[in-house]
Amino acid sequence: MLLIIDYGLGNLVSVKNMFKKLGIEAVISDKINKIENASKLILPGVGSFDNGMNLIREKGLLEILNKKVLIEKTPILGICLGMQLLTKSSEEGKEKGLGWIDADTVKFNFNDKALKIPHMGWNYVQVKKENKLINSNGKHRFYFVHSYYVKCHNPSDIIATCNYGNDFTCILNHENIYGAQFHPEKSLKFGMEVLSNFSKL
Amino acid sequence: MPCLLYDGKGLVKTIRFKNPSYVGDPINAIKIFNEKEVDELILIDINASKEKRKINISKIADFAGECFMPFAYGGGVKTVSEFYELYKNGVEKVIVNSLIFENPGVIKEAVAKYGSQAVVACVDFKKNLFGKKQVYSFTGHSVKYSPTDFVKYLEQDLGVGELFLQNIDAEGTWDGFDYEFVKQMVDYTSLPLIASGGAGSTDHLKKVLYESGANAAALGSMAVYSKKAMGVLINFPKRDDVIKE
Repeated sequence: MLLIIDYGLGNLVSVKNMFKKLGIEAVISDKINKIENASKLILPGVGSFDNGMNLIREKGLLEILNKKVLIEKTPILGICLGMQLLTKSSEEGKEKGLGWIDADTVKFNFNDKALKIPHMGWNYVQVKKENKLINSNGKHRFYFVHSYYVKCHNPSDIIATCNYGNDFTCILNHENIYGAQFHPEKSLKFGMEVLSNFSKL
Repeated sequence: MPCLLYDGKGLVKTIRFKNPSYVGDPINAIKIFNEKEVDELILIDINASKEKRKINISKIADFAGECFMPFAYGGGVKTVSEFYELYKNGVEKVIVNSLIFENPGVIKEAVAKYGSQAVVACVDFKKNLFGKKQVYSFTGHSVKYSPTDFVKYLEQDLGVGELFLQNIDAEGTWDGFDYEFVKQMVDYTSLPLIASGGAGSTDHLKKVLYESGANAAALGSMAVYSKKAMGVLINFPKRDDVIKE
């Protein structure tokens, strides 16, 4: 069963709605026993990095998530802030991230005054590496809303990039761990494809 | 992006904010816009504030549940908890208008809690008797500030993240946008701006996007009628038709 982790942040309902449209059953939960039994996990998230990490800890989810992801190798997809939480740290806050990916989260920093922060809107992405989450042929565009992005230290984790002031990683993958900086749940058929592919892993 | 008007029951289309005529069911229209791959969908309940009606969260959640692109909702939002409920139920952006006049503190609080990117201010303008452009409140009264001062207030004092600039004189006319005024506002503010009111052709869209510099253009009549004064047809120009050559 696919489980959307409810740690108090993020647009869980929209993610669930898209799975429903795809005919895939997904549950929203913060219960440890349900997470224990999940075959796939989604870590959504909107908001600040520290708040996200603190909520995961306060809800007592850190241990079970570490076990599911690092030991049982359950596939997990972090969306937006959820992708950033997979990294070791963020310039947005002081808290340590989940640290499952050799990466850090950094703030957009460019001189182009015409580009506004947050980066908000639709962008085409470039698929850099063959992967199960996204077809490397064809044009894909996704909806983004973020002020920070993930900087991968291991180039082989980078699946797709997007350009906003500079190139940044918008899809990452390391073993069973996946991250998407955009919102697949609000990216029409392009996002549906990503969620559908994830469900088939 | 399509801008759908809702009267609490079904979708309507107005001309210069008047004479609403029924154009169909919101869910059906939203499903079609998914297929048309529109960038974003705007739905405005045009009567909620006038009728002092509380917003129907479960109804809006139903709309959001069918909307697989960013969804902006406006109409009758009065409290911070209503902002929260809307975001929780799949609305990305809340559009405010009457609240600017009635209780701007709520807007400031929502911006602080949920971020400026989630709050859009709707600015309605038209020419007054002397041909000068003025901002009008939802009750139909002109606002004492000049349009630029009003926009400055929204940006700096309230902290909204986006402007929805609506030309009452052109709404529903298919006659084109007020390109000059849109450009003036784009030059004045650093906020992203959606131009609304008057869209009638892809040339209008190109002009307001590439000459006036609007970040987006809202389509009302063009999205729900086949042609001016013709029957209802949920519709949307192809992406390639408005992309800069």
